[in-house]
Parts: sequence; structure tokens; C-alpha cells
Amino acid sequence: MSTSFVLLGLLATGPRHGYELKRAHDDRLPRAKPLAFGQVYATLGRLERDGLVEKSGQDREGGPDRTSFAITEAGRTSLDEWLSAVETPAPFVTSTLFSKVMVSLLASGVDRARAYLTAQRSAHADRLRELTATKTAADSPFGDVVAADFAIAHLDADLRWLQTTLQRVADMDREKRP
Amino acid sequence: MTALLSAAGVAKHYGRTPALTGVDIDVAEGEIVAVTGPSGCGKSTLLHCLAGILRADAGTVTYRDQDLGLWSEKSRSRLRRTDFGVLFQFGQLVPELTAAENVALPLLLAGSGRREARADAQQWLERFGVDHVAEARPGAMSGGQQQRCAVARAMVTQPRVLFADEPTGALDALAGEQVLGELVRAARDQDTAVVLVTHDARVAAYADREVALRDGANDPSGLGVGS
Repeated sequence: MSTSFVLLGLLATGPRHGYELKRAHDDRLPRAKPLAFGQVYATLGRLERDGLVEKSGQDREGGPDRTSFAITEAGRTSLDEWLSAVETPAPFVTSTLFSKVMVSLLASGVDRARAYLTAQRSAHADRLRELTATKTAADSPFGDVVAADFAIAHLDADLRWLQTTLQRVADMDREKRP
Repeated sequence: MTALLSAAGVAKHYGRTPALTGVDIDVAEGEIVAVTGPSGCGKSTLLHCLAGILRADAGTVTYRDQDLGLWSEKSRSRLRRTDFGVLFQFGQLVPELTAAENVALPLLLAGSGRREARADAQQWLERFGVDHVAEARPGAMSGGQQQRCAVARAMVTQPRVLFADEPTGALDALAGEQVLGELVRAARDQDTAVVLVTHDARVAAYADREVALRDGANDPSGLGVGS
């Protein structure tokens, strides 16, 4: 679960309490789903149980007590291992997009697949345009730009795959004709 | 929407080989339009017809309500110096001239004085962040710097339409993106329309909209593949 490691990564820069962690997470990973407070505390609880973080102090600034957490040596080792581990490249091919194209080719025929691909391509192109606008706006935060790059690269890969698939289908169709 | 530049039913053959078989496109004032499609679909030929570099065999190309097909080569050539800017993938700077001389060139050709042309060129080099190589020749510049100079040269006459054919195709992703971002910002500031030819969806995403071609004709599906 990468949330644990993201929190460990944020703690690696210095001790923080739960609210600060949530804010840092939402600032640094603006395109990720915002963290719920409950999730922050539940994750910190698990990390503490496993000896990866420890309580490092309490403060009260005109509000309720707040407990700060710090990363432990074991936490740094665990974070380091996670950062060194290469992700399995497999999950991309399990995407809904892939399933839909395969199923429409199998079950509904080329015309249906083409209609779906046309609509999908248009939606992808619109999203690419939005992301590009976000990225090129003069005041875009660095986190937004990097997140837009990530999304653009993946959408572009989808688009190229859609195009190649169509090309293959068209070639196959041509060969079948007398 | 009134079109600044439009093509209707434009066809063009190279010998017996058809490159365009009837393409329609409208570009409004200040609008950025991407012309997309697979290799050999006729995008570059369309750009050359729109820019008045090639004369269409059939159909019309209209700029400010005037049929460019009726214009003499001399008039079209003048139009390219005053109203149009052209930008290609690479190799467009004159190797014997410095960056500043390259950028000043279109102004000199259009009849500006030497000093004024030089001052304008310097401003555009600054705008694209390459004023520090103003005295360098293209051979001594990086690909990104050369392309920034080429964009400065294409924009220095403040054209009404900029024609860009794969303008960042020779650059790595980040350099290409920076050049493209600056080009689009400059075009929007000047209210310059851009016809951006590309096969790359990421480049097309900088445009306001896309006109896709396939086999020399409009391709409403945008898929670039026939049935």
C-alpha cells in the first residue's frame, strides 16, 4: 500500500503530526485522491505498530493535543527498500480500455469497435488538451505540472495503442476480402 | 465565426500521385488549429497550399476573403513575407549568419531598416530566451537554441498566420515542450493564428482544435485508419 510509504517519505524530511502530514500529502501529490484524516491516523497506527515510526512529541497550540511522529531507522530501511523495488509493469494491460476494445472486437464486430474507438479517442484528445492547458498555465505549481506529465504520457500511450489496434484490424479486414 | 484563412475542396497531385483529394479547413483569427494524421496523409502538402507555397490543382484557398489561387506568384510571395510566418522541423536557419542576423532577415526582406530590424530581432531573441547566443552561428548552438531562433524568426514580422510543420519534431520531449509552450504563448499574445502540422497527439493538444486527415482527405473519426 503506497500511502504508508508516502507518509514515511514525508516523515523522512522531519517529524510531523497528522494534520501536517495530510496537508503535505495533498500539496505534494495534488492529483492523488486527498487523504482522509481517518486514513492518516490509521496508517500512522499501523506504521507505529510495525516499528517504522514513533511518537516524537506533543504540542498544543490553542487546540487539542497533537502528537508528532518521526521515522525510525527501520522505517528508513523499509522506505529505502520500497524506493529501490521496480514495479511490475503488468497492471496496465488489465485496464478497462483494453478489455472493452477486446470484447467489442470479439463480440460486436469491427464497426462497433471502430465507433467505440472514435468516441474514446475524442475523449482522450479532449483530456490531453485540458492537461496541456493546466501544464502550460504560467502559475501552475510544480506538482501539478509533473502530475500532468504523468497523465499525458499514459493517455498518449493509450491513443497510440488505439491507433495501432485500428490499423491491425483494418489490415486483417483487407486480407480477408477476396 | 468568420474564417481568416480557409481551404475548400483543395486537391493536389504530384505527377499521378494524389496528395490531397479534397480537403476543407477553416482557421479563425488568432485560432490555433492542429492538422493531424499518419505519415503520408497530406498534412504537409495542405500546409504548403494554405501558405501559398504550392498552388492547389482544384478547390480554393481563401485568405481574408481573397482567392489566393488567382494571385500571381509574386503577390503570394509578398504575402508570405508580410502576413505569414513559416516554421519547419529543422535546418531552416542560414548557417553563415548569426542568430541575430537570421532573425532580422525577414524584416530586411520586407524593407525594414537595418538598425530597426536588428533591434526587433534582439527583442524576439530575448523573448525566447536565446539573446545570449545572438552572435553565434547555428552550428555553435544546441538544437533547442536553433529552434527557438527559428521561432523568433517566424514571429519577428508579427504574422497573422504562422504555419508550423512538426516544429519540435527534432527536439527531445522537454526541449520540444518548452519551445512549443513559448510559441503558443507568443502566438496568443500577438493574436496570430497557427496551423500546426503534427502526427503527435501531445503536440496537437496545444491547439484549440484538431483537423484530422487520412489519405489526402478530412478524417472526421480522427483515427487515421480506413474501413
